[in-house]
Amino acid sequence: MLLEVEGLCVNYGHIEAIRDISFSVAEGEITTLIGANGAGKTTTLKTISGLRKVREGRIVFDGKDITNVPPFERVKLGISQSPEGRGIFPGMTVRENLDMGAYARRDRKTAAYREDFDRVYQLFPRLQERVSQTAGTLSGGEQQMLAMGRALMARPRLVLLDEPSMGLAPRLIQQIFSIIAEIKAQGTTVLLVEQNAAQALRRADQAHVLETGEIVRSGTGEELSGDEAVKAAYLGGDV
Amino acid sequence: MHALALNFDFLFSNFSQLTVTGLALGAVYAMVALGYTMVYGVLQLINFAHSEVFMYGTFATLWTVYFMGGTAHTSGFALARMFAVAMVVAMVVSALVALLLERVAYRPLLRRNSPQLMALISAIGASFVLSESMGLRDNITRWIGLNDNFSRYVSGARDTRGLPMDIQTHKLFPIGNYQVTNIDLIVICCALLMMLLLDQFVRRSRLGRGIRAVAQDPESAALMGVNSTRVVQLTFLLGGLMAGAAATLYMLRIGATRFDAGFILGVKAFTAAVMGGIGNLRGALVGGLVLGVAENWGSALVGTQWKDVVAFVLLVVILLFRPTGILGESLGKARV
Ligand SMILES: Nc1ncnc2c1ncn2[C@@H]1O[C@H](COP(=O)(O)OP(=O)(O)OP(=O)(O)O)[C@@H](O)[C@H]1O
Ligand SMILES: [Mg+2]
Repeated sequence: MLLEVEGLCVNYGHIEAIRDISFSVAEGEITTLIGANGAGKTTTLKTISGLRKVREGRIVFDGKDITNVPPFERVKLGISQSPEGRGIFPGMTVRENLDMGAYARRDRKTAAYREDFDRVYQLFPRLQERVSQTAGTLSGGEQQMLAMGRALMARPRLVLLDEPSMGLAPRLIQQIFSIIAEIKAQGTTVLLVEQNAAQALRRADQAHVLETGEIVRSGTGEELSGDEAVKAAYLGGDV
Repeated sequence: MHALALNFDFLFSNFSQLTVTGLALGAVYAMVALGYTMVYGVLQLINFAHSEVFMYGTFATLWTVYFMGGTAHTSGFALARMFAVAMVVAMVVSALVALLLERVAYRPLLRRNSPQLMALISAIGASFVLSESMGLRDNITRWIGLNDNFSRYVSGARDTRGLPMDIQTHKLFPIGNYQVTNIDLIVICCALLMMLLLDQFVRRSRLGRGIRAVAQDPESAALMGVNSTRVVQLTFLLGGLMAGAAATLYMLRIGATRFDAGFILGVKAFTAAVMGGIGNLRGALVGGLVLGVAENWGSALVGTQWKDVVAFVLLVVILLFRPTGILGESLGKARV
């Protein structure tokens, strides 16, 4: 297992945002977390990245306990995140944002680094057209692409994607999901958080359903898309 | 009481002198303003003790000149060399004071996520501690028994201390009816050069980008692998280096300092930072120069005793029309 989360509890003050969560992410797979608003999905991802303090439990990445490793060190270990709400740097250009994605890398003068730029431009040709544009003036969809591209620039082993399809037009959502599949095909492990449960489950190897801070169901993507309770709660009529 | 008469004759007949000396003064404001603006950009916090960082730089300059054997007769090349060394020493001393400040007065609070008000109070406290330690240095050295060796440096701790020599100026070339002096030129060029270097560092270098990233979105910056503690340290370091250089230029022009010399200059520099747009590096430059020149013009117009009033009236007027300052707020957004 590339990532193992064991008995994780995270609090905001006295409020328990997540309670005793355990799951793992296998190398080379897409794992997805789905759940209603406020279920604790974002909190889980932020805790894996190190932005939130663990009250109880452990996070093990590639066999190493990283529970108390600061966030900037986790990037070097190979975890990067495209955060909810994109979190791009509005005052920097597209190119500078992508460059920030590679901040922790030591090979920034090499051909490998330039190839990674090309890889991102291949996945998101729109970004290449706009390299010099100030990121704050990009459209929402373009900002989403930038956030994902930036996360890939770290050359992560595990990329955490928090609602990459949020606020996008249906055609763009399709595109984003096929890009996620493409990222997996290129060998990067993906942990995906989505509201768009139907799409996420279709692409996911493993899936977990989060409800008010706890995992209530787990299975393969296929199993969960067939599950009656999941259908009723998250898939609505659109499947 | 006299009516407030506007002395336009004086302003126009000395216009070029007032402008050039105002620019030189404004350049010093701008360099100190950079320290306020960078720390604000990264922490959204006003580092009230930055004025003392500057004040320590002025004493570092003064003592270096004495230590290198400066006398009333030192001049020419020897003097230039002394000031070059003094600038390096002042930059190092100010940077160390700034780093100490970050370590002692801010980091423990930031680590605990204390409210910003706490950090502000801590800063005001640190400011008093720093300036009073300079103002009581004769007592302090007596307590620890160093009085004999250091008497000439620590005596008269609460008096104004000046350089041993009068800095002789040379007229270089005229602008209007004013002969620009070598000191004017050194101060303005030196300040502009340092600010250009800083600007390029923040824009182009990897660490500079780290600073901008933290200023624009601290959480995202952490996700990129930026160590925000190092970035905060770096901003204090850079602010300290600039304040130290400013302190040497200030001594070159003014020639004297005191334990509380940081206060009014600090307030002016902070004003310049707000005027230009707090958090904005180029704003600090513009704000400083505008303030320096406006102060000179204003005091020519209404009398030098109104100098500080002119500065603050200008601040209020600018903020009335442009609440985010001349170039707009923020180290990151859209500007830097
Ligand atoms: N900074 C915070 N301070 C206090 N409470 C928080 C904070 N962030 C999240 N919470 C709370 O923690 C719970 C989980 O939030 P989280 O953002 O993880 O949900 P989510 O599953 O990502 O929801 P969404 O689908 O709406 O993004 C919510 O009840 C939320 O109100
Ligand atoms: Mg969320």
